[in-house]
Amino acid sequence: MATPSRPVPVLFRPFRGGRVAKHILLIGFGLVMLYPLLWMISSSLKPEELIFREPGLLPSQITFENYTEGWYALKHPFGYYLWNSAVVTAISVVANLVACSLAAYAFARLNFPLKKFWFAIMLGTIMLPHHVTIVPQYIMFSELGLINTIWPLVMPKILATDAFFIFLMVQFIRTLPRELDEAAEIDGAGYWRIYIRVVMPLCMPALATTAIFTFIWTWNDFLSQLLYLNNPDNFTVPVALRTFLDASSDSSWGPMFAMSIIALGPIFGFFLAGQKYLIRGVATTGLK
Amino acid sequence: MTEVSVAVKPRRAVPEPARGGHRSTKRSRREARAAYLFLAPWFVGLLVITIGPIFASLYLSFTDYSLLEEAKWIGFDNYIKMFTEDDRFLNSLQVTTVYVIVSVPLQLAFALALALVLDRGLRGLSFYRSIFYLPSLLGGSVAIAILWRKVFGADGLVNAVLAMFGIEGPGWVGHPDYALGTLILLHVWTFGAPMIIFLAGLRQIPSSYYEAASVDGAGKWRQFRSITIPLLTPIIFFNLVLELIKSFQSFTQAFIVSGGKGGPADSTLFYTLYLYLEGFKNYDMGYAAAMAWVLLLIIAGLTGVNFLASKYWVFYGDTK
Repeated sequence: MATPSRPVPVLFRPFRGGRVAKHILLIGFGLVMLYPLLWMISSSLKPEELIFREPGLLPSQITFENYTEGWYALKHPFGYYLWNSAVVTAISVVANLVACSLAAYAFARLNFPLKKFWFAIMLGTIMLPHHVTIVPQYIMFSELGLINTIWPLVMPKILATDAFFIFLMVQFIRTLPRELDEAAEIDGAGYWRIYIRVVMPLCMPALATTAIFTFIWTWNDFLSQLLYLNNPDNFTVPVALRTFLDASSDSSWGPMFAMSIIALGPIFGFFLAGQKYLIRGVATTGLK
Repeated sequence: MTEVSVAVKPRRAVPEPARGGHRSTKRSRREARAAYLFLAPWFVGLLVITIGPIFASLYLSFTDYSLLEEAKWIGFDNYIKMFTEDDRFLNSLQVTTVYVIVSVPLQLAFALALALVLDRGLRGLSFYRSIFYLPSLLGGSVAIAILWRKVFGADGLVNAVLAMFGIEGPGWVGHPDYALGTLILLHVWTFGAPMIIFLAGLRQIPSSYYEAASVDGAGKWRQFRSITIPLLTPIIFFNLVLELIKSFQSFTQAFIVSGGKGGPADSTLFYTLYLYLEGFKNYDMGYAAAMAWVLLLIIAGLTGVNFLASKYWVFYGDTK
């Protein structure tokens, strides 16, 4: 027979009530927040007809049918769109890292005429709504015959138009001791060498933040991919997912959920791997 | 770009003071040349991707242009039409305004509340922080919008839960009265990013302030009102400006949840969605450009008002 439970040691008592309640509340709230996501995962593993009959999380029957069906539901297997997205995203990440850090180094370390003016312009473009430029940009890329290529998607990154990252890196480089540059200079290093050998290696945290956010934003980006990719052969994941909505009436939610989860997978992976940089990035610059 | 580094001439025959001293003009000219090389991609981007299109957009806004024919100058007609004849435009402006006015304060309230709960050495802080932050990362994606459409669909998750209590819910995303509400909820759901900014701000407040206050007999509520909130106002302001600008441009969620049409009955026809439809479905690009400029002016005005108003409620402390 169970003996009456031992009294809680006095030492622990004063803390418990409030703290435990707080944790229970937080976990409960977190569960409500994540419930839709968990439900999507669980639904993707259920046979179609059970999805809306069971609001619970534990599927009474597990099947991977939705995944196989969803993978082949569109013109190309879903892996094809994942590859397209991966190409756009990878180029965007590299382009942002190179182009933004070049500009940031100049703003943070070099003196040149009109520096303050250009810096102010750069800051101004951060807040600029994208929509003010999309119409002429579209016309330009369409005149150049670049619709349905990846150029309209990656060109802005190659040309460092994501000014937010320039700003992020400028702020970071300014915290690095200038003595390092000067020491390298005395050793005969030019600006290029200082940039690549001294400043960049020390910039790793800022570069990591830039890479992760560029990855997530490009992977999630919908508007430009919707605008510039109209041919199913060029579709990236967001545009492909969207055609699910057009193609299917309300019948194929299982496969759609399955592919949505695959689409979110890489972001989730980066989130797990790069949490430190993500959180620091948000906290210091207000990135979303 | 290698020529920059190759030019390693013996440029410092006489050691000069590291900074602040006079610099040879030759050296500063070399430095400027290097700087402009480093900035070259950015300059090209600024010209071709940003500034050029802004002015092109301004020009187009005074024309009738459909990509196929020459642009025809029509003066202020686009702007006049917008505000006098186009009920859909005015509706989209109203829908977006309601969305922004309701969702931003709600989102920030959640962010602040959770940040306050998580502050001050709660165990498992980083775990909770990650959980609450995750939706911010995912929230803008098509996949989540698809999920949302199903969670709030006629036979979706919400109604399944309501049915357990014997309530028969409407098809939320399909009902003109509720569709916008689901998008507002989606925005509130992404409170994690401002929450992290609030957490960083809370950490800046020296705990000695609270100790001093409690010595003076100030209770928790009083400390919150007289220390936490005033010292946090710059962060609140920062979050407010950022979220206002961002939410005014929301697009993806409304597009997916309404199937690209802004329905039902235009109840989720966000400004940017209407701009997209006019410019890239009707190919009325002059009109879309005019809408884009109005959007720019609205956002600039909103931000300006925000900065002006901030004088009256944002507290920058007396530390400087």
